[in-house]
Amino acid sequence: MNNKVYNNRAWLLVLPMLVLVAFSAIIPLMTVVNYSVQDVLGPHASFFTGTEWFRTMLNDPALQTAFGRQILFSLTILAIQIPLGIGIALIMPKQGWQASAVLILITLPLLIPWNVVGSIWQIFTRGDIGLMGWSLREIGIEYNITRNAGDAWFTIILMDVWHWTPLVAMLCYSGLRSIPEAYYQAARIDRASKWAVFRYIQLPKLTNVLVIAVLLRFMHSFMIYAEPFVLTGGGPGSSTTFLSQSLATMAIGQQDLGPSAAFSIIYFLVILLVSWVFYTTIMHMQKDKTPQGGA
Amino acid sequence: MSWMVWTLPTAIFFSSIAAMLAGMTVWEIYSPTVERKGFLPISTTRGDRLFVSLLSAAFIHLGVVGFTSLSILVASAISVLWLLVLMRWG
Repeated sequence: MNNKVYNNRAWLLVLPMLVLVAFSAIIPLMTVVNYSVQDVLGPHASFFTGTEWFRTMLNDPALQTAFGRQILFSLTILAIQIPLGIGIALIMPKQGWQASAVLILITLPLLIPWNVVGSIWQIFTRGDIGLMGWSLREIGIEYNITRNAGDAWFTIILMDVWHWTPLVAMLCYSGLRSIPEAYYQAARIDRASKWAVFRYIQLPKLTNVLVIAVLLRFMHSFMIYAEPFVLTGGGPGSSTTFLSQSLATMAIGQQDLGPSAAFSIIYFLVILLVSWVFYTTIMHMQKDKTPQGGA
Repeated sequence: MSWMVWTLPTAIFFSSIAAMLAGMTVWEIYSPTVERKGFLPISTTRGDRLFVSLLSAAFIHLGVVGFTSLSILVASAISVLWLLVLMRWG
């Protein structure tokens, strides 16, 4: 059936990129693996420790809690941002100057650097000079992100929703725009309700962009660092310390190179697993696309 | 190379990964892979199955090292077995 002759010499064109990636990623990663099985005290003083660091890291209660916290955070923001993004995309104007205006307004949060987002919200939520913190205090609500873990969580989630829902909305918006008008005409002829149009036309057509949105949002929220670090510094206590911050504290703050190398590898493997599952799902969906893909 | 603080086990580890990749390349040249559906929920090529087994091997090792007192060789044995099963029937 397939009699194409593949010319594999084209792979040579990838060679420069491979050299670059080897230099910037593969060799450093190999070094991290080497560090993870040793206690490195200096350039010529290192002791082989075998799997000890891995065992320590996997059984570290603080890291286990940070991991659980991280999962909880990612799932929470996904559960909020995905439906909200779809909703916003559905009510966005379809054409004319309003469409462009709304698009620009909605994109603005995405253009702000991450640590600046943290600073903005840090000031915004302060009880003395921040608009939100001050207003809540004035109407008599006890709100303090440096003292109350619940408030800190609420603020971080609100901040992430504010920062990243626009991305989901924009992806969904582009997905919605690519649905041909004929589908809506057919729905009108059938006198389909708004809900039926959403459930059987818009949502199925959005599946692809939604998978991309979920993947991007999951990956980024799983590696989130700058925003909570600036906003709460991981506190109060360690109630908002996420994985990347634990890692940075260990590797840069305490210079525990061996344990943090082991921890990085575990972190990397989890991210690799999740990315692979998402990637396979996306590729799989495109491959098995049937003309009348129901759900 | 001294800054990479090589040890014998990690050197063996990376050499075997490199050997696997080289072996897969040679195998691919002599008999190109055919995508098929095994017991995994997706249809896979030979390379996909190798990747899946390596990734699961990593988690098998983490599980054994972190949460049991078994030797790491047990994890390696399970992983090799799993690799063979996956390459044949996956």
